[in-house]
Amino acid sequence: MRQQIVLSGFGGQGILFLSRLLAEAAIAGGFPVLTSETHGMAQRGGVVVSHLKVGGFDSPLVRTGRADLLLVLKEENVALHREFLADGGALIVNAPVPTDAGPGVRVHAVDADALALSAGTPHAVNLILLGFALARIGGGAAGGFFCAAGEIREALSRRQGPGGSRIADALSALDLGFAHGT
Amino acid sequence: MSDRILMQGNDAIARGLVAAGCAVAASYPGTPASEILASIDRWRKKCGATMHVEWAVNEKVALEIAYTAAISGLRAAVSMKQVGLNVASDPLLSAAYLGVTGGFLVVSADDPGPHSSQTEQDSRLLAMMAKVPVLDPASPAQAMALAGTGFDLSEAFRVPVMLRPTTRVCHANQDVDAPPFRPPVREARFVRDPARWAATPVYRRLLHDRLAEKVAAIAAWPATAPIRVNPDVSPAKAVVASGVAFAHARELFGELGILDRIALYQVIQPYPLHAAFIDHLRETYVEILVLEESAPVIEMQIADRHRVRGRMTGAVPGTGELLPEIVERLLSRFAGLPLPSRALPAQGGGRRPTLCPGCAHRSSFYAIRKAAPAGIYPSDIGCYTLGINLGAVDTVLCMGAAVSQAAGFDYAHRLSGKQVDIVATIGDSTFYHAGIPPLIDAVVQGARFVLVILDNGTTAMTGNQPTPGTGIGAGGETTALVDMEGLVRACGVRFCRTANPDRLPEFVTLLEEALVHARERGVAVVIARQPCAMVARIPGGKETGAIVITAECTGCRHCVDRFECPAMVFDEAANRVRIDEMTCTGCGVCVHVCPVGAIRRESAGGKRP
Repeated sequence: MRQQIVLSGFGGQGILFLSRLLAEAAIAGGFPVLTSETHGMAQRGGVVVSHLKVGGFDSPLVRTGRADLLLVLKEENVALHREFLADGGALIVNAPVPTDAGPGVRVHAVDADALALSAGTPHAVNLILLGFALARIGGGAAGGFFCAAGEIREALSRRQGPGGSRIADALSALDLGFAHGT
Repeated sequence: MSDRILMQGNDAIARGLVAAGCAVAASYPGTPASEILASIDRWRKKCGATMHVEWAVNEKVALEIAYTAAISGLRAAVSMKQVGLNVASDPLLSAAYLGVTGGFLVVSADDPGPHSSQTEQDSRLLAMMAKVPVLDPASPAQAMALAGTGFDLSEAFRVPVMLRPTTRVCHANQDVDAPPFRPPVREARFVRDPARWAATPVYRRLLHDRLAEKVAAIAAWPATAPIRVNPDVSPAKAVVASGVAFAHARELFGELGILDRIALYQVIQPYPLHAAFIDHLRETYVEILVLEESAPVIEMQIADRHRVRGRMTGAVPGTGELLPEIVERLLSRFAGLPLPSRALPAQGGGRRPTLCPGCAHRSSFYAIRKAAPAGIYPSDIGCYTLGINLGAVDTVLCMGAAVSQAAGFDYAHRLSGKQVDIVATIGDSTFYHAGIPPLIDAVVQGARFVLVILDNGTTAMTGNQPTPGTGIGAGGETTALVDMEGLVRACGVRFCRTANPDRLPEFVTLLEEALVHARERGVAVVIARQPCAMVARIPGGKETGAIVITAECTGCRHCVDRFECPAMVFDEAANRVRIDEMTCTGCGVCVHVCPVGAIRRESAGGKRP
């Protein structure tokens, strides 16, 4: 299994959290993993992008035209980062209606902002989108994620510790997104 | 379940340092090196080692503290970003001559791109200038290993060693096998030897001779010699790469299928480049492509120029990050393959960075423009550089320069018989770092300007590290506090007043008073004190009532253009502003900004939109 994923959003949306969570799930699944993060000035509400490479890679960066998956937490970033997607890759975007990403791209859209607000968890947009993506494109199967939703749940639990309201909130956000993808 | 754990490059460097018995670590925060020190403290706690770990006031102080531990026989490390190395270059160049007794590692993180820096400078050039060896890791795992190798090298030759990661190593995450801890067992013991540690110029010449001998010997040290990836082939061409450029090249050699056609070497120690390796390259290859960031350090050491392609020959771009797409083009051309058709990833574009909602810097900048509308606004390095979006930042040079540039603008314009209002801004951490000497200088020279110290009690841009005014150390321990007002007055400043900038009308009045003082009597300092919105819950927030836009909004855009709060969204269709409930902190400063009074706070318990 070799998979390249690009995650895109704005500072403060939890892109780093999401990419580390996926990386930890990859390690638990026995895969080598490399990620690349944005820090510093760019984090102050500006564009943030993370690269995630699962399987045997040396470079921490995904080249344009190579990403199997592109997860976009702010729709206006699609134009910026669309170039990373490989032919036949999938775009998962936080948007009320599917974004036009050009030919050869499978687009899956969910209004994660609205779901997060209605659930009273405005900061859980990242996990809602991830849950949606896991449901919509599948996990562990060809063309889907390198892991299944259950493995993400386990990685979340390891990261946030057992019990407590934080893990419960995180898991319910993931489930909310998942339910909207099925 | 794997035993391997995910580590950020900076975390891996920290683990490597602590595992190798580092006893003293000091740093000043700066992207991309900021996470190293806090991580050192986490690993220290984990292994129970006794260490001195500190956020120093600046990089020069940090280097001197760690260096002194190393001449007392302990292993010590200092970490910083590349422009911090400029600040610390004075002690580094001298320390190279004097040498060390315990291992001493200078971690200087470069930022090709640059992503979050003033320059793309290459710390390896400064290592070359200082004549200290430099190691260039390609991944977090290698950076962790080289921390230990660096200590061994430092002790083998009694010389400071530089570890130079770049952003793509510092801020990469990788699965690694963490090495076991070897807690420091040595005792500090400084052996007095004034002829060495306080060497006069005559002895310095001898020390320079000795340093040159060390550099020659290090260029033959086996542990850091270049590594050949594909030793079984004998092609006419070779690629020589270091750092993350090597990682890109290694991956692309496989994808392009050129491992059997072109030799690939990883240089671990770009300076001094191993002498036998230089000879080997010259004797073996017709053509050599060098891939490194960001200066031609390896390239310039390969003597036989006509066979070498790199940054000096124009074969490799002379500026900017060596992105994998660029490396792919360079390797394809070098191998005689068709060039890839895909575009480079977008550089920049999209929403620009901005001050956080509820950030008091926004209030300070708005007030400065109100009080001195025709002023010159020198500023400095930190979050508040984003005051450029509010039209209240005219210059940003380097740490501390806001103060000296404010004075410089006054002297320059005074020569032409002009009096201009000058309002400089500097953060609290930057003020302590490099703002005090220029303030003393300005007082002595009779400069006329207002200095606004934006005191949010933290080093916010780099992840909220403590300042000397925070009273908290690197490990969360309580430290002594510096009295900022006392410090400013001790510099000779006669006008020093502190206020909360979020009380906007009063703050504008205070700035006007300070301007009067500056015009007539010299430097005035206003301390704008309000905690960083990222760390503190600011009183007067949403619980006292939501911020709403009333029907009086005329769509004049004054608030979105001049106040630029991310929680204010201009609705083009309705030609009016609305408040984004997801981001508004309820600080309410904007209530004072609207020229027609259309921004109001609903009474507590009132309805929320």
